[in-house]
Amino acid sequence: MSNSQAEAPSVTTKAPAAQAASPVVAVRGLVKNYGSVQALRGVDFDVPAGSVLGFLGPNGAGKTTAIKILCGYLAADAGSVSVCGLDVATETLQVKQRIGYLPENNPVYTDMHVEDFLRFAAKARGLSGKAVQQGMERVVVQTGLAEVYRRSIGQCSKGFRQRVGLAQALIHDPELLVLDEPTNGLDPLQVVEMRALVRELGQTKTVMITSHVLPEIEALADNVVLIHQGAKVADGPLETIAAEHSGGLPVRCTVACTEAQLQVLLEESQATYLEKRHASFASAFDAVQSAMIEVDGPQGLAALAKAVSAKGYPLLELTPMGGSLESLFQGLRSGGLG
Amino acid sequence: MRSLLVARREFFTAFDSPVGYVVLALFPALAAALFFVLGPLFLVGETSMRDFFGWMPWLLVVLAPAISMRIWAEERRSGTEELLLTFPFQLRHLVIGKFLGAWAILGLALAFTAGVPMTLELLGDLDWGPVLGGYVSVMLLGGASLAIGLYLSACTSNQIVAWLLGVVVLMFFNLIGGAATASAMPPSLGRILLSLDFGEHFHSITRGVIDLGSVTFYFGVMAVFLCANGLVIERRRWS
Repeated sequence: MSNSQAEAPSVTTKAPAAQAASPVVAVRGLVKNYGSVQALRGVDFDVPAGSVLGFLGPNGAGKTTAIKILCGYLAADAGSVSVCGLDVATETLQVKQRIGYLPENNPVYTDMHVEDFLRFAAKARGLSGKAVQQGMERVVVQTGLAEVYRRSIGQCSKGFRQRVGLAQALIHDPELLVLDEPTNGLDPLQVVEMRALVRELGQTKTVMITSHVLPEIEALADNVVLIHQGAKVADGPLETIAAEHSGGLPVRCTVACTEAQLQVLLEESQATYLEKRHASFASAFDAVQSAMIEVDGPQGLAALAKAVSAKGYPLLELTPMGGSLESLFQGLRSGGLG
Repeated sequence: MRSLLVARREFFTAFDSPVGYVVLALFPALAAALFFVLGPLFLVGETSMRDFFGWMPWLLVVLAPAISMRIWAEERRSGTEELLLTFPFQLRHLVIGKFLGAWAILGLALAFTAGVPMTLELLGDLDWGPVLGGYVSVMLLGGASLAIGLYLSACTSNQIVAWLLGVVVLMFFNLIGGAATASAMPPSLGRILLSLDFGEHFHSITRGVIDLGSVTFYFGVMAVFLCANGLVIERRRWS
């Protein structure tokens, strides 16, 4: 199933529900200090029911701290977090029962066998009797663990360990799934698999996912909260944020033409040349140009596509790179904002 | 029940790694060796296990921290502490559960020394009253030692540091009574120090008399250090 097919229905069906229902997570004025370091400086955001929220920010922005407070691992210095209408500070146990949490770096008991660990997780999450076995059978299918079910976790590959981590988070069929950097340290194939899994889970659950990698959030999330240096800098659907921070749209472009012909194309469509890239299909054509360019939003992109087609040059690649959110995020990383 | 779930995991996990087996092998082996080789058993020619239990406080100084060192420190080092603390457990379930798991490992190791009284029974007529009293007191002393070890394990993410601190603190509690009898010690302070001495309470039980004061003392030490253990974990949420 392609990405567009998977995402299109979820966005259209979820949007009205998300507006009608009360949010699953409501964070208000969250403050946390580590000694003299302010990790969170009054963060507010909501996670609408049934949505996938991307919690995005550079490393050290405070994402993990916020997640740890939300899951009841750390206590906040000020502010409040409610999950499914329950206060994390006072109804911690009930909140923990409703959350499935995969912490950053996926800590699991490597000495234990997958089967034993999942049984322990099921019981620890409050399941008993037949529900334990049913929960285990369900997550083994959901996360594809059958192959390593009787193996020691320490002997599993990193990809399987990550699945074990996800399986323990899903075992009690939680209302909210919190995934802290779930693809960190996985190889590209494992990243694709993990994203597909999260996307599938997002069809039926409220999911909160953190990442410092923008394409990941773009691939998975309906809504985004962008934080930087402990403060929220943007919040809302991706397109809205992108529109608010409208500016140049970076595009990866590969055309079978000469360098001079590319320059003419760029002038005609009022695009700016940013940098040369390695041309992928150079051997198949007489001349191939690949470059990172910047166009003026979606209209600029359309103008470039028209110009290439008018000239009749074979167009090999035209990929918008994350929209203007990318430049906003780049700005955060380089310290230009916040 | 929730504590038992934690205890069960702790107990069985110890045997997923070599640590559990080392303790299980070392404890009975050392106990028997100290008794049969160094003990005055064959000199005196009596079948009593008094000297067997006499070595126990010193054996526990080394082995109780070996059981407890991993229990919190390894959770913290490997990051699984975060997983455990975000499962819907009350903190007391975790603290008591881990303690019970460790205590059960000690109990199993102790059960493996059953060969010693059985051998003595074959050699002569063994009075089983003091033997049972001795085993009860080792479990009580061991429980107190483990509670201290667990508290120290919660204070660090390094198992070796947890073990070393455990050995030092347990030695202190075993030697404090010696200091109490020093001539320069004021008698009132001496009495307080003596009442804190692990061995003093231990020997009163091994004599075959279950002294309520000593039993209360050991349970008191367990309670104090398990509470301290909980406080250390809870305090980290706020730091």
